[in-house]
Amino acid sequence: MIETFRNNKLLQFIVLIAVFLALCYLITPADGNYFWRLPPLLKGLPLAINNGVDFLMFDWWLIDVYDPDIEEFEKKPLMKEITRAIGGFVLFLIEFVREILLGGVKTIVTFTSWDWATANPWARWPGLPWTVVAGGAAILGYALSGVRLALFVFAACVYIAVFGQWEPSMQTLSFVLIAAPVSVLLGLLFGVWAFKSKRVEAILNPLLNVAQIMPHFSYLIPVMVFFGIGDHAGAIATIIFATPPMVRLTLLGLRKVPAEVTEAGLMTGCSRGQLLRKVQIPSARRDILIGVNQVIMQCLAMVVIASLIGAKGLGNDLLIALNRLRIGLALEIGVCIVLIAIVLDRLSLAWANKQTDYFADQSFTQRHKFSLMFLVVFVVGVVLAYLGRFVFPEGFNYLYLIPHNKGITTEQFWQSGVDWVWETFFYSLKGFNEWFIVDVLIPIKTAFLNMPVAATFTLAMGAGFIVGGIRSALIVGGFLLFIALTEWWDRALITSYLMTIAVLISGTIGIIVGTICAQHSASSRFILTVCDTFQTFPSFIYLIPVMMLFGVTDTSVLIAIVVYATIPATRYTVEGLRSVPEALQDAVSMSGVNRVQRYFSLELPMSFPHIALGINQTVVFALSMVIIGALIGTDDLGQLILKSLSERTGVGNGMMLGLCVAFIGLAIDQILRTWANQRKKALDLP
Amino acid sequence: MSEHTSPNSRDAVIRCDSVYKIFGDNAKKMLQDSQGAVDAATFEKAGCIVGVNNATFEVYEGELLIVMGLSGSGKSTLLRCISRLTDATAGRIDIEGQDILSMNNRQLINLRRSKMGMVFQSFALLPHKTVLENIAFPLQVKGISTKDSIERAQEMINLVSLSGRENYFPRQLSGGQQQRVGIARSLAIEPDIWFLDEPFSALDPLIRKEMQDEFLRLQGVLGKTILFVTHDFDEALRLADRIAIMKDGIIEQLDTPANIVMNPATEYVRKFTEEVPREKVLTVESIMDPPDTNSLNQDIRIPKNAVLENVAESILSANAAVAVVDENNNIVGSVGAPKIVQVLFGNRASNEGGVST
Repeated sequence: MIETFRNNKLLQFIVLIAVFLALCYLITPADGNYFWRLPPLLKGLPLAINNGVDFLMFDWWLIDVYDPDIEEFEKKPLMKEITRAIGGFVLFLIEFVREILLGGVKTIVTFTSWDWATANPWARWPGLPWTVVAGGAAILGYALSGVRLALFVFAACVYIAVFGQWEPSMQTLSFVLIAAPVSVLLGLLFGVWAFKSKRVEAILNPLLNVAQIMPHFSYLIPVMVFFGIGDHAGAIATIIFATPPMVRLTLLGLRKVPAEVTEAGLMTGCSRGQLLRKVQIPSARRDILIGVNQVIMQCLAMVVIASLIGAKGLGNDLLIALNRLRIGLALEIGVCIVLIAIVLDRLSLAWANKQTDYFADQSFTQRHKFSLMFLVVFVVGVVLAYLGRFVFPEGFNYLYLIPHNKGITTEQFWQSGVDWVWETFFYSLKGFNEWFIVDVLIPIKTAFLNMPVAATFTLAMGAGFIVGGIRSALIVGGFLLFIALTEWWDRALITSYLMTIAVLISGTIGIIVGTICAQHSASSRFILTVCDTFQTFPSFIYLIPVMMLFGVTDTSVLIAIVVYATIPATRYTVEGLRSVPEALQDAVSMSGVNRVQRYFSLELPMSFPHIALGINQTVVFALSMVIIGALIGTDDLGQLILKSLSERTGVGNGMMLGLCVAFIGLAIDQILRTWANQRKKALDLP
Repeated sequence: MSEHTSPNSRDAVIRCDSVYKIFGDNAKKMLQDSQGAVDAATFEKAGCIVGVNNATFEVYEGELLIVMGLSGSGKSTLLRCISRLTDATAGRIDIEGQDILSMNNRQLINLRRSKMGMVFQSFALLPHKTVLENIAFPLQVKGISTKDSIERAQEMINLVSLSGRENYFPRQLSGGQQQRVGIARSLAIEPDIWFLDEPFSALDPLIRKEMQDEFLRLQGVLGKTILFVTHDFDEALRLADRIAIMKDGIIEQLDTPANIVMNPATEYVRKFTEEVPREKVLTVESIMDPPDTNSLNQDIRIPKNAVLENVAESILSANAAVAVVDENNNIVGSVGAPKIVQVLFGNRASNEGGVST
C-alpha cells in the first residue's frame, strides 16, 4: 500500500490537491491569522535598500575632484563620479552615431565647448541624407549576403523614410547600435570567463537566473538612480537586460565544442588566445549567433521600455501614441521597430556566415567594389539632397530628410478600420469582453485571492517535493517565503492568476498546434518560421492589435500574453516531436499501433522533457508580458513597479517587486526543470 | 611484456619511461604510496581510475608503432600523454631527447607547431572553415602569411586527392573525405612525428580499406615516425611495423605483428591472435628454417619479406624446400611445404581431438 503510493506520482498529486483544498476550506481569513497571510516582516527592507543606495551614491568614499568652474578641488563621492563617467561615455557614443545619421553639434561640443560651437556656426555635423543611409545599408546587405538581402534592407529603409519615421528611427538605431555590440561583447567576455573558471560560473549562474526573469521595469529604477535619465540610461538598462542571454548562450556553445576539436587546435600549436579566438568561439558560433540574435531582440524590446527613462526615438513615440489611443500611428511605428529588428538580425547573421574567396585574382575595382559603390551612392545622395533644396522650396527637403509629420500615413485607414470593427462588432465584442471578465476572470481572480498562504505553500512545496524531493521543496518554499513576507502577497497572487490562465491557454494551444504541425516536415518548417518571425517582434507590439479590439481591459492584456507566450510552447513541441528518432517510430509502428496510439505511447512521452522546457519558457514569456501589461493598466506587481518608477523611494520597492516576480518564475522553473531533467535521465536523452 | 631491443641502431624519437596516468583527486599521492606497483582494483575503490599503468617503450625514427586495445584499455590516454594533451601523473616522456613533461607552455606550443601532427577519430575539423582554410590553419597559427599558407594547403589537397573541393565546408563532405582533410591538415607543417587516434574507426569498411591503402601510400612517400592508435587488430596487423597491445592501462606485449601472432605473450593476446588469418600476417622470414643447401630448390627464390599468402602457392607446389633470399638475392633461409602447413593449420584449438595420429 505504502509502496504503491511511493511509486505513483499521480496518486501523490491527487492527495496533495485534496490537502490543498481542505486547507483552503478550513483556514478562515482574518488579520492576525498567520495561516491566512504571513506578517510583512520584510516591510522595512525597501527603505534599507534606498538608504544603502543613497549612501553609496552620495556619501561613500569621498574623493578630491577638480572642478574647472570654481577652479579648485572638491570632495565628491566616488560612485557618483564613476557612474557619471560611464554615463557620459555611453552618451557620447550614442550621440556620435546619431549625429552621423542625423547631424548635430554635440560631438563637436564634446571636443571643444558650447561657447566655441556657438561662436562658429559653420562647425556643425551635417548628417547623412536618408537616401545615402538607405543606399549604404543596401550595399552592406549586398556585400554580406546578396541581392535579396539588399532589396529587403532598402525597402525597409524606404518604408521608414516615406512614412515619416526617419528621425525617431535613426535615434532608436543609434541607441541600438551602441547597446547591442556592447551587450554582445560583455556577454562573450563573461561567457568565456565562466567557461574558464568553475567558480565564476557558480557565481554567475544564480545571477543569470534571476536577471533573465526579472521584469524589464525593475532594471530601470536602479539605473535611473545611478545614471540619471536620458539615452545613456536607456542604453545601460538595455545592456544589463540583453547581456544575460548572451552569457548563457556563449557558455552553452563553448561547452558543446567537441573535445577533439579543442585538442586538434592544441595540436596545431594554438596559443591559449588563438585556441579561444580561432577554434572554440568559431566552433560555438551557432549558439553564439543565437545569442547575438537574442541581444538584438532584447534591445528592440527595450526600445519602448527604455523610453520610460528618457531614451529618445520610436519607443517614446509609440508609448505616446498608445496612451492617446492612436492605434494606427502606433501600428506604423510598431512596423518600423519590427523592420529595424529584422534588418539588424539578418545583417548580423549574414556577416557571421560570410566566406572569403582566396583564388579570385581581382583588379583594384573588383576588390574595392563595395567601397566604390558606396562612394557613388554617397555622391548621388548628397547631390540629390542639394538639388532638393531648390525642388522643395517650402522648407522641407524631402531628399534630405522627410519630416515627422510630412510622410505618408495610413493612420486614417487603420483608425477607420478600428472604428469599423467597433461599429460592426461593438455588441458582440463588448458582450464577449464583459462575459469573459465577469464570468471567467473575476471568479478565478477571487479564487486566487482567497487562497490562504498555508495552502499555497503546501501546494507549491508539495509539488516540489513530489517532483524533486526535499531539495526542490525547500528551494520553492524559500522563493515563496520571500514574497509572502513582503507586503505584496496579494499583488503577487494577481500576477500569478493572470500568468496561470495565460500559461494554461498558451500551453494547450501550443501543444495542439505544435502536434498538428509536427506531422509533416513542411508544416513543421512553416510553423518554426512563423515562430521565428513572431519572436522577432518586441513583446510590446502585441498590445497594439488587442487594444484595437478590446480596449484597455484585463482581456486585452490576457490575449496579448497568450499570443506572445504561445510561441515557445509551439516551438518546443514541434522540436521535441521532430527529434523522436525515426528508428523508434518505425519500431513502434511495426508493432501495429495506429497514429493516435503512436502519439500517446511514443512521441508524447519521448518529447515530454523538451515540451516541459517549452512550458517553462512559456511561463517566462507570460510573466514578462504580464508585467508589460501594466502599461495598459492592471493591478498587479507590474503596476506597482511602474509606480515606483516615479517615486522618490522607488529603488527599494522596485528591486523588491522585481525580485518577487523573478521568484514566482524561478519557483516554477525549479519544478518544471527538475521534472524535465528527471524524465530526460529516465529516457536516456541527451 | 617482452623486452624489445632495436633490430638496428636507429634513434628513438619517442621514449617513454614508466609513464603513469591516473585520474582522480588524490592520484599523485596514491601513486607515490604504491611505489609503482599499481593495482587497478585498489585504485578504483579509492575513486581513482587507472588510464596508463607503467608504460615503457620507444618509437624509432621512421617506425610505425600501433597501439592496439579495446575501449577503455588506455590507448588513447597513452597517446594524449605523449602529445601532452593531458599531463602524465608520473614518469618521463622524451621526444627527440627533450623531456616534454618539463616543458613550459611556450616550448610545448613551438614543439607542436614544428614537429607534431595529429589525426582524430571524429575528424575534428573546424566547422566554420572550408577545406582549404582547415588545412591552412596550422600554418596560419604559426604566423605564415595567408598567401603562402594557402599555396601550401593547395599542395596538401593535391596530395590527399581532394582537388576541386577546396571551398567545401566539412559538413558537405563524406566521412572519408573529411578524414583526408584531417590527414592533410596534420601534415601541412611537415611534422616529424605523426599521431593518429583511431583515424579510420568512424568510416565504413570499404572506405576504411581504401583509406588504409592511401595511408600506406603516404607513409611510403613520407616516412614519418608514427604512433597510431586503433581498436582493430586486423588494421594493426595490416599497417604496423610493431604493435603494442594494451589492456587495463598495461602494455601486454610489444612486438612485430609476426611475433605477436606466433608467440603471444599472454592469454589475452593469444585470444586476439586465434582468429587471425596467419597467411596474411606472417612473412617468410618469420618462419624460415636455416638454409639447407643439399636439398634446396634454388630455382624458386622467395624474398624474405614476402607475406605467406602471396607465396604459399609456389612453395606448396614445389617438390622441395625453396630458397629465401634477402634484398641482395643472397640465400638466407629455406622454407618447405610441411612448414607452411604446420604454421598455417597447426597448433589451433579446433585441431585438438580432431584427427588422431
